[in-house]
Amino acid sequence: MKQTLKITKVVTVVIAILALFAINAMLFASGETEEKAAGGKKLVVGFSQNDTNNPWGTAETESVKDEAAKRGIELKYADAMTKQANQIKAIRAFIAQDVDAIFLAPQVETGWEPVLKEAKAAGIPVFLLDRGVDVTDDSLYVTLLASDFVFEGEEAGKWLAEEMNYKGNIVELQGTPGASPTIDRKKGFENIINKYPDLKIIKSQTAEYQMGKGKELMEAFLKAEGENIDAVYAHNDAMALGAIQAIEEYGLKPAEDIIIVSVDAIKDAFEAMVAQKLNCTVECTPLLGPGAFDALEKHLAGEKLPKWIKSEDQVFTKDTAADYIDSRKY
Amino acid sequence: MKKKNYSSLLWPLITLAAILVFNLIFTKGFFNIEIKNGHLFGSIIDIIKRAVPVMIIAIGMTMVIATKGIDISVGSIIAISGAIAAIIILNTGLSLFFVIFLSLAVAFLFGAFNGLLISYIGIQPVVATLILMVAGRGVAQLITNGYVLYIDHKAFEYLGIGFFLGIPFSIIITLIVYIITYAVTRTTAIGLLIQAVGGNPRASYYTGINVKSIKFFVYAFSGLCAGISGLIISSDIKGADPSFAGLWVELDAILAVVIGGTPFTGGKYYLFGSIIGSLIIQSLTTTILTRGVPVQYTLVVKAIVVFIVIIFQSAEFRQKVLRGLKRKIQ
Repeated sequence: MKQTLKITKVVTVVIAILALFAINAMLFASGETEEKAAGGKKLVVGFSQNDTNNPWGTAETESVKDEAAKRGIELKYADAMTKQANQIKAIRAFIAQDVDAIFLAPQVETGWEPVLKEAKAAGIPVFLLDRGVDVTDDSLYVTLLASDFVFEGEEAGKWLAEEMNYKGNIVELQGTPGASPTIDRKKGFENIINKYPDLKIIKSQTAEYQMGKGKELMEAFLKAEGENIDAVYAHNDAMALGAIQAIEEYGLKPAEDIIIVSVDAIKDAFEAMVAQKLNCTVECTPLLGPGAFDALEKHLAGEKLPKWIKSEDQVFTKDTAADYIDSRKY
Repeated sequence: MKKKNYSSLLWPLITLAAILVFNLIFTKGFFNIEIKNGHLFGSIIDIIKRAVPVMIIAIGMTMVIATKGIDISVGSIIAISGAIAAIIILNTGLSLFFVIFLSLAVAFLFGAFNGLLISYIGIQPVVATLILMVAGRGVAQLITNGYVLYIDHKAFEYLGIGFFLGIPFSIIITLIVYIITYAVTRTTAIGLLIQAVGGNPRASYYTGINVKSIKFFVYAFSGLCAGISGLIISSDIKGADPSFAGLWVELDAILAVVIGGTPFTGGKYYLFGSIIGSLIIQSLTTTILTRGVPVQYTLVVKAIVVFIVIIFQSAEFRQKVLRGLKRKIQ
């Protein structure tokens, strides 16, 4: 009996390994089918995306793909499925194929130095999207296109301070501890709120950017402070949407009894604003395609670019949400 | 019941009491239970309600651990069952009965898949359930395209936020699952067989117990419990969140079972202990959120309490401490 068990185990392991190979082969095949047919002097750009398994990443990818198609640029696209190793592999493949430029949306900040040096040695300019990299030599990339999270926090703070008439109690729903958007959105918000002595952040805890946790946290805040809470600041829309449910179940009217402001401006937030349940959201746009190709063309024309091109993120409120909701792409 | 069983429940009960007494003294209004709109309302109710998903999973996990196994795929099964319920509601006009039946059937099948790998193919429990833990969340994301699917269905919402005779309905579901599990394992031979399989699989095999089908059954049951939990979670936030619903909940459930006194060595299990364990974890979380403990301290505080409970669970440690105390007195 033991013998047969061993054999089945071996067979299973072999099948698993074969399956992995098959998946890998399929991925590479799909990456390379787009390789042919580069007629004339068409620009070729390689785009290494870290992950498309979330709406934000999907919107970003769509934006780059659409813009490439619009400008007649050939795009080689590789999805790294959250693995930095896959991104490094993809960049090496782009270098081997001698593309004209590389767009990189990095999964993490560190560990890019060697592969970016290879790209530089090959004379291929690298453009970073949505997140920076930690390198000692900043000539390894042309520019970074991303939102400024501190700015987003400040915009949320400015809007809220005015709406509250510069006095009242705020509770803060933080994102995942240690993540750069969490740190910066908190900092930016505090920059503004601390200017007004009558505005107080009375409670601040993490709900890890999750809707369910946002609801649970707001429930606890309401139990502790009740009607003392005048406003909620959430580091993303999902947590604000959870908080709205908690406020309703507590028996108060969201956006009326308690003012709610959040960051991201996803479509669900616009729906909540149209339903008059969310007051305001600050955009953090994933639509980086147009800006990225603009930067590329400027670079090729010999123009000098700043190291960080900040996204022009806007503030949307419930009064105007209905005008924008149909044009929102994420 | 034998005296022994009570003493192993003693320490978890003392811990739970200690957390509650702490709140009685230091958190104002923690024990206030009001009747609001005919519903029970208060922090204590919140604790029980928020512990529901972990309690239900811990019931299934207790059975798994009793057979010397482990199931780390439950968090992903939660995401899958919520996603299935959401697409059925959004795309078909099927009645609530079918929505629940089909989602639970799928969860059961995923659990059965674990059981198949473990008992009939002989893969180790951690490895077998790791497959589904990793892949399952991907399956849920595929079903919903990575987006949170919102469910607007009054009857479905009842599962998570409805009240029955003033008591949150999710608590009643937990009670039903507990009573059925208790009755089946205590009044039939199944409980004894599970203990035998966990205590000594070889001896059980030679006494004619169908070890394989028992193991298969406990994993399928664990999958079913995760499915129930998934429905409650998605009903609570009125949406299926494929990326975050039930994320890391398997760790809380395992912790609850261990705090409750069920040893990893298999054979013995304490169903009621697991319920107490879940309540300890949740009352800790709710206390931290209600009191507004700074984010940086949250995990450390949790770890310290868990450490103390686990240490006191150890009979060896208790004996040493008691001996030391006696010596001092003499």
